[in-house]
Amino acid sequence: MYEFKYHRPATVRQAANLLVKNEDAKVIAGGHTLVPVMKQRLASPPHLVDLSHIEGLNAIEMKGRSLVIGATATHADVANSATVREAIPALAELASGIGDPAVRHKGTIGGSLANNDPTADYPAAVLALGATIVTNKRRLKAEEFFQGLFSTALENDEIITRVMFPLPKKAAYIKFRNQASRYALVGVFVARRPSDVRVAVTGAGSDGVFRATAFEEALKKRFSHKVLEGISASPEGLNSDLHGSAEYRAHLIGVLTRRAVEAATAK
Amino acid sequence: MTFGMTINACAADTAAVQPKRVLMAKISLIVNGNPVNANIDPRTLLVQFLRENLRLTGTHVGCDTSQCGACVVHLDGKAVKSCTTLAVMADGHEVRTIEGLAADGAPLHPMQEAFREHHGLQCGFCTPGMIMTAVDLVNRKGHDLSDDVIREELEGNLCRCTGYQNIVTSIAAGAKAMAKSA
Repeated sequence: MYEFKYHRPATVRQAANLLVKNEDAKVIAGGHTLVPVMKQRLASPPHLVDLSHIEGLNAIEMKGRSLVIGATATHADVANSATVREAIPALAELASGIGDPAVRHKGTIGGSLANNDPTADYPAAVLALGATIVTNKRRLKAEEFFQGLFSTALENDEIITRVMFPLPKKAAYIKFRNQASRYALVGVFVARRPSDVRVAVTGAGSDGVFRATAFEEALKKRFSHKVLEGISASPEGLNSDLHGSAEYRAHLIGVLTRRAVEAATAK
Repeated sequence: MTFGMTINACAADTAAVQPKRVLMAKISLIVNGNPVNANIDPRTLLVQFLRENLRLTGTHVGCDTSQCGACVVHLDGKAVKSCTTLAVMADGHEVRTIEGLAADGAPLHPMQEAFREHHGLQCGFCTPGMIMTAVDLVNRKGHDLSDDVIREELEGNLCRCTGYQNIVTSIAAGAKAMAKSA
């Protein structure tokens, strides 16, 4: 790891000022993505701005018809929150399946989204549920936020403060883990929303998380796994690597979407 | 030509011995119940700080990539991987390591005793992390743990001797013993 200066702001405003003043500064909260990357010297920020001591930034609450999760809420916070379990149980289940117990005690929702790892779980939930990502500057729709592999709409001095999830009627997330890394080889989040149905896929796309519109159209007509028979995902634009071919991933998208719809309807 | 190269080499050597500007950070935290103050390079990982500064070498470095769990300690009572935690981020917090489970000379912690009794180890390298993870598991999920739950919760702890059978037995027994001693 290269040398850096450590900053511990007490407020989001102080944190943002530090980012303005130090152009190459990086934000850290749980550190479970950034620290490994810094250890490998793939990143060498001269300044680290630690958000983990900003009070209230990890709050989880209902606001009107939305579930609002603070950026520094850990995966364990989300998994164990009675509020999340009641509002969107699928989201609590997703969080309880990230990494392992020790990782879940540190990793945060804001960190996961800002990193936009193509195999991360949260991006699928945010895109399928049609969540809004709130920063210190603006509100971003999920579709505008994710901009391809490890890239987001966030500017250098922009900090995620919370994520607002509108409540779905039904939802479920199913992932097929890579046997070695335990990351999602493919993960599918299905959300039956009051206005439409969304199916978001993580792990498979060579450009990161995406929506499977063919499945969405079929499910809009009738929300049942039966309508998905005969519909398949195209391998075009999917990852092909030593873990699985694009064709295999496309096959998994179909299988997991059916399972997710079944799981959502069983709830 | 040769001469020029020699000069360059000298210049490089001189640069290398120049004292580097190190950005130190002051931290104070509680480790195994004792207050600790230190002035550290912010790059110091929590596991490094525990092992090298405090000489608490019971916490191990296995994979150094947050996968194997040999480095698990408790931060404010929750299991974390100390190889992926900066010591500076533990400033103001409380850390417990395997050394803090039972005082020197005192009887072993019930989970340690269960690992001894049921031979929940082979080479022993993963044991401190296994035990710290197990204690955290009991704190979160109670004393009556099925083998399925234990195996699932051990997702982040690897035993390269593959001695899981006895580790699972030890944790189930340790969990019950912790109920009695509580």
